[in-house]
Amino acid sequence: MIIIQCPCCGEDRHEEELTFGGEAEIIRPQEPATVSDQVWTDYLYFRANPKGTHHEQWCCSGGCGQWFKVARDTVTHEVLEVVKFDKGLSA
Amino acid sequence: MNYNVFNLLWQGLSGHKGWQQAWRSPEPKSRYDAVIIGGGGHGLATAYYLAREHGLTNIAVLEKGWIGGGNTGRNTTNVRSDYMFPESAAMYDLALRLYETLGRDLNYNIMLSQRGWLTLIHDQHQMEGARHKANWLQCNGVDGEIIGAGQVAEMLPGMEMNGRFPVRGAFMQKRGGTIRHDAVAWGYARAADRLGVDIIQNCEVQGFDMAAGRVTAINTSRGRIETDRVGVAVAGHSGVIAEKAGFRLPITSHCLQAMVSEPVRPFLDHVVISPGTGVYINQTQKGEMVMGGVLDLYNSYGQRGNFPTIEKVVTSAVEMFPTFSQTRLMRHWAGIVDISPDSSPILGQTPVANMHINCGWGTGGFKAIPAGGYLLAHSIAKGTPHELAAPFGLNRFRENRLVDEGAAAGIAH
Repeated sequence: MIIIQCPCCGEDRHEEELTFGGEAEIIRPQEPATVSDQVWTDYLYFRANPKGTHHEQWCCSGGCGQWFKVARDTVTHEVLEVVKFDKGLSA
Repeated sequence: MNYNVFNLLWQGLSGHKGWQQAWRSPEPKSRYDAVIIGGGGHGLATAYYLAREHGLTNIAVLEKGWIGGGNTGRNTTNVRSDYMFPESAAMYDLALRLYETLGRDLNYNIMLSQRGWLTLIHDQHQMEGARHKANWLQCNGVDGEIIGAGQVAEMLPGMEMNGRFPVRGAFMQKRGGTIRHDAVAWGYARAADRLGVDIIQNCEVQGFDMAAGRVTAINTSRGRIETDRVGVAVAGHSGVIAEKAGFRLPITSHCLQAMVSEPVRPFLDHVVISPGTGVYINQTQKGEMVMGGVLDLYNSYGQRGNFPTIEKVVTSAVEMFPTFSQTRLMRHWAGIVDISPDSSPILGQTPVANMHINCGWGTGGFKAIPAGGYLLAHSIAKGTPHELAAPFGLNRFRENRLVDEGAAAGIAH
């Protein structure tokens, strides 16, 4: 079971109290009407899917309701780093 | 030696000393005409159809562990073809039709049991959805019907009809059911081996030698293998292989868990899924209750279960069949499924010219094995997709031409 300490409210939340939000740090193209199909469909459909360290976003949905960023190992499920949403991940 | 009643009798009378190994364990050759990565059902079926339909026999299947040890050995053995869009229906029904004659084709008993697949209907909205789906299936030439609550109660004694999610009826595909999952891998392996295919186990792909946008050789844990063409059928690990070959896939990998109870006397004759709880159950020929739920929503390559899902599945199963509360859970497991954005598979050519892929089946890969193998074999042999596979090319994500089966059939993947 995945347990993450929410960086906003400080509580340990287990996976049933959290919502997974997929890959972190995805940026929507500023001008959707003018970017190439390649860039737009990369944004829509293509996600990082590493076997190992993954940068992802979670929401403390059963608690304070804030989104935050997590670096997690996708094989062991070990949580390597947790930061607030406006910070960058280094793991 | 063929498996038949005469040989069984003869071997029985002569001490079972004449049975041969079902497939060889050859050393890899330095060169093959085609190499298939992944020795699960899809990969082994690809090799079999390449040899049988296209006459390519100098081919190898590379498996990093043991054959059928990935998702082919980690599913709930269910088969059905009640998909809604014409493209999906044609493909999944091809799979079911091939399964219906597969035991004879492979000379291997896959224990296909078309015991009926029931999707429960809990409310008026689901009833309307089921009618809509039944009409679509009829247009697609696939069987499916709606049965009333009385018939459900008769077919599923022990089912709680008036629980948290009351049962108003069910959508039933009679041709749906279960198969002995290992037999699919072993049957395809034996049949492919008899046609000359080399099945190489404990052989992990480490990288590719490329020239002019083509794979020229595969570096493996058992040496370098040159090849003209590559097929990839590795389900949840598709992204790992794609990365080694230098391209990306619109796939994320997730755990899908299932579990099984201790064996009990025959009790449940059909496969049943409750859309209310998301849990599906059937009883194996040995008497165990096989149960599964929805996939774990976060990315994972960890092939193991966890307690939150066990709790959800077991409480839902007990809710559906209160007598289960006396039963003990025996094992649980997980496979790594490859989820695509539109819940439809990805079939055909990749950005690497001579590499063809079969992935993205998500939680529905087992039921699709014969079609996945058949269509990937066509792609490898001809260099162009089969007409049934054409709508499922990787380029559909660049052209925004999705086959959004997840929404259409209301399935959980």
